[in-house]
Amino acid sequence: MSDLEAVAAAAGPSGEAPVQPRHKSKTDKPRSLAGDAWIDLRKSKIFWTAAVLVLIIVLMALFPSLFGAGNPRECILARQHGAASGSAILGYDYQGCDVYAKTIYGARNSLQVGLLATLISGVIGLIFGLSAGYFGGWLDAILSRFIDVVLGIPFLLAAIVLAKRLSADPNSNGVLAVTITLGVLGWTTAARIMRSSVIASKNQDYVAAARMLGSGPARLMMRHILPNSTASFIVVLTILLGTNIASEATLSYLGIGLKGDAISWGISISEAGAFVRTAPGPLIWPSIFLAVTVLAFIMLGDAVRDAFDPKLR
Amino acid sequence: MTDIKAEIDVLPGLDPHAPLLEVNNLHVEFRTQYGVARAVNGANFRLAPGETLAILGESGCGKSVTAQAIMGILDSPPGFVTQGEVKYRGTDLLKLPENQRRKMRANHIAMIFQDALSALNPVFTVGYQLGELFRKHRGMSRADAKKRSIELLDQVKIPAAKARIGDYPHQFSGGMRQRVMIAMALALDPEVLIADEPTTALDVTVQAQIMGLLAELQQQRNMGLILITHDMGVVADVADRISVMYAGKVVEEAGVYDIYSRPAHPYAKALLESIPRLDMKGQQLNVIRGLPPALTAIPQGCAFNPRCAYAQDVCRQDPPPPPYAVAPGRTARCHFWRDVIGE
Amino acid sequence: MFRYIVRRLLQMVLTFFGATFIVYALMFANQDDPLQALAGERPLTQNVRQALTERYHLNDPFLVQYWYYMKGLLTGDFGTSLTGRRIGDMMTQAWPVTIRLALIAIVIAATVAVVAGVISGIRRGSLFDNVTLVITLIILSLPIIVLAPLCQLIFGIKLGWFPPTAGAHPSFWALVLPALVLGSLVIATELRVTRASVAENLRSDYVRTARAKGLSRNRVIGVHVLRNSLIPVVTLIGVDIGGLMSGAIVTEGVFNIPGVGFNLFRGIRTEDGPLVVGFVSILVIVFLVVNLLVDLLYAALDPRIRYE
Repeated sequence: MSDLEAVAAAAGPSGEAPVQPRHKSKTDKPRSLAGDAWIDLRKSKIFWTAAVLVLIIVLMALFPSLFGAGNPRECILARQHGAASGSAILGYDYQGCDVYAKTIYGARNSLQVGLLATLISGVIGLIFGLSAGYFGGWLDAILSRFIDVVLGIPFLLAAIVLAKRLSADPNSNGVLAVTITLGVLGWTTAARIMRSSVIASKNQDYVAAARMLGSGPARLMMRHILPNSTASFIVVLTILLGTNIASEATLSYLGIGLKGDAISWGISISEAGAFVRTAPGPLIWPSIFLAVTVLAFIMLGDAVRDAFDPKLR
Repeated sequence: MTDIKAEIDVLPGLDPHAPLLEVNNLHVEFRTQYGVARAVNGANFRLAPGETLAILGESGCGKSVTAQAIMGILDSPPGFVTQGEVKYRGTDLLKLPENQRRKMRANHIAMIFQDALSALNPVFTVGYQLGELFRKHRGMSRADAKKRSIELLDQVKIPAAKARIGDYPHQFSGGMRQRVMIAMALALDPEVLIADEPTTALDVTVQAQIMGLLAELQQQRNMGLILITHDMGVVADVADRISVMYAGKVVEEAGVYDIYSRPAHPYAKALLESIPRLDMKGQQLNVIRGLPPALTAIPQGCAFNPRCAYAQDVCRQDPPPPPYAVAPGRTARCHFWRDVIGE
Repeated sequence: MFRYIVRRLLQMVLTFFGATFIVYALMFANQDDPLQALAGERPLTQNVRQALTERYHLNDPFLVQYWYYMKGLLTGDFGTSLTGRRIGDMMTQAWPVTIRLALIAIVIAATVAVVAGVISGIRRGSLFDNVTLVITLIILSLPIIVLAPLCQLIFGIKLGWFPPTAGAHPSFWALVLPALVLGSLVIATELRVTRASVAENLRSDYVRTARAKGLSRNRVIGVHVLRNSLIPVVTLIGVDIGGLMSGAIVTEGVFNIPGVGFNLFRGIRTEDGPLVVGFVSILVIVFLVVNLLVDLLYAALDPRIRYE
């Protein structure tokens, strides 16, 4: 390498790429990838929209009374499909329940199932992905085959079969069964992401260097490998949270998710479906809330991913 | 060659007696959300048939951007040619409508790129990518195009050309791939060939072969060759004249012997002194202090002044030094060229 | 190549038995009284019980039962549904409808996704691109249980553009609305992958070469960029099949289409084990075969891929 090349290499990216704005701002003031991403995120309208929506949904789940909703379980058949009155600003459904109250209270179950299931998937995915990626060999082969088998069954189908089996007890409201079902089936993407980023960073020079300096597997993973995979892992989980909420509603819609007196957007949509020609309101409102909730989490994941992956801009 | 070309010439108004290629006061800038980067700030040079002009400079000095502006393949936006002219046989290419400009490429001016692996389309065979030129520009049938492609691969000395025509780029070695690139550039017998760091990605022995091939083909065809490089060794071997670029300007233009023996610009001089030489073994190597300026913040006056040993107050003020005529056909943008050359 | 296919086929066999075993176990394990489930409300005499137990190998270990079941399945005997109908007959009725539905969905989704994705990828940051991105976000987050009834309400009932339900022998037109709903499951991802892929390829060096060759813009994009950009999109189709099958369960229910999803859903609700395991087994085979074909297609599209 001539000195000219040395100078060139120090000066910036090779190949004479005109200006690399990101690169330039980095030479001005060194910043971490996360710092860069945060600066991009702060400017993202999608991120702020999603964040505000998520906040509202969380408030709805924690303090439904804040939103002035009445009692969702007070149903009077005489009010069947009745017009809006008092706090029931969206009218009544076929059982005479307050549509607004049911819709607001629906957030709690959705969020609870979604969060817990995502947590389960995250833990399973983390452990499986890390060990498959790090140790490789037969462990990786078995885990990869196992993922293939799980992915070999279309997701909803597997969820239906499993939830049906888990919720055999007629007295339960199904929350536990759905949570476990979604948690147990949803970890594959997280595991794959973890596995591939571990494999990618395992072969990086700095990890090899750390290994030569005597770092053990646990330390290597915690200090050198995990931090590089965290961003994509969190993004996957955020989006998974959104899809879990949708899946819970779908299972409840099909009658194998939440049941009994549990309040769920999926159940509301399912019940209202039969009366859609005469009274579309009880179908439309929970649909909108469900869609917006899912949208908020997917948008959040999307915005964070874009911030961490400037390549696609 | 030129006779056949005259018949199929697509452009009216080309003057066969005008200079082959002239670049005058070319300015290119990149407009990004982070500011305007002035990549080329008044590049001047001319090229005659059969001549080899080397454009020399560090990464980011605007060599490749100049080449792309001549070809008309700048990524636009963000890149824009803001001033100047690129005259081919008397016609300013920058004023041509895009459909005529497009026909200039490959037909009259062709280009080869640094990394042939990424510059060739990975999903088409080399035969397809070569034949495409004949089919689209000459209206040849697939069979004829294939025949011509094989001839071309023969000309660039690819062994068993006939068998390899159906191979994909990744199946070739680095040197062979660069030969394919050269074949592709020469397919339509251009009069000007721009080679952008054609050997940087190759092994040293292969580099010599490729440069030899280029020189041989250039002589056969009497082409004008613009060789963009940062490799002083390559330049000394093949170039007739040299343009040294710094921060988007040609700071010195001279014949290869003149510049090697008596450089007139401090930057050219510093570049030459930074080459390790066997007869200077054991001595301290001269390196250029500092870094080239960011293209968004080029210093006032002479852009080289912060790194220059000769710099005086006049160098730090606008206007920047004009191209002083050092000798016939030789210019240097330095107020103190006499001091530099006199040492 | 040959070795690759053999290895893949072996993997497929493994996945097939793994997946069917899981479903078989979930459907049949811990069943309180399978014979009573089979008989429905009728009381069973001891003799009948004994005969049935032998016929269905109910006294054998679980794995052996699974083995007998698979043996029947692989020789074309799917058994009898709890409703008394032969499952083979039900399949020959259900599969053609679902295949038609899925094909229409895939064709619509792929066409729209590729066309809009290419335009978006070329004009990144334009109004079209931004609007498209917002729309894909919305589609991506609309659960099918929201989309299917709403589309039925708006386009089927209120506007009357399409028949609101399809029925037993649906016409092409009656399948378009359900296919659109079904296709929405995959269209957003396909579009985004196309867009990202086009955007990335546009920046690559070979595009610069193609332009330096004096090729027209249409040819640079339509041939050089597109051919490269479609590679990742094609691989998505394999994943999509699974999504479409899941979506079919809800869509066929809402639009009353007697296809695979419709039957499966009914089977799961009524705990009709033989029906579910039979349908799922075929589904898994379809899924695996399509994925193998997609992988082979991938190799054909990208010469750099070498299967050993």
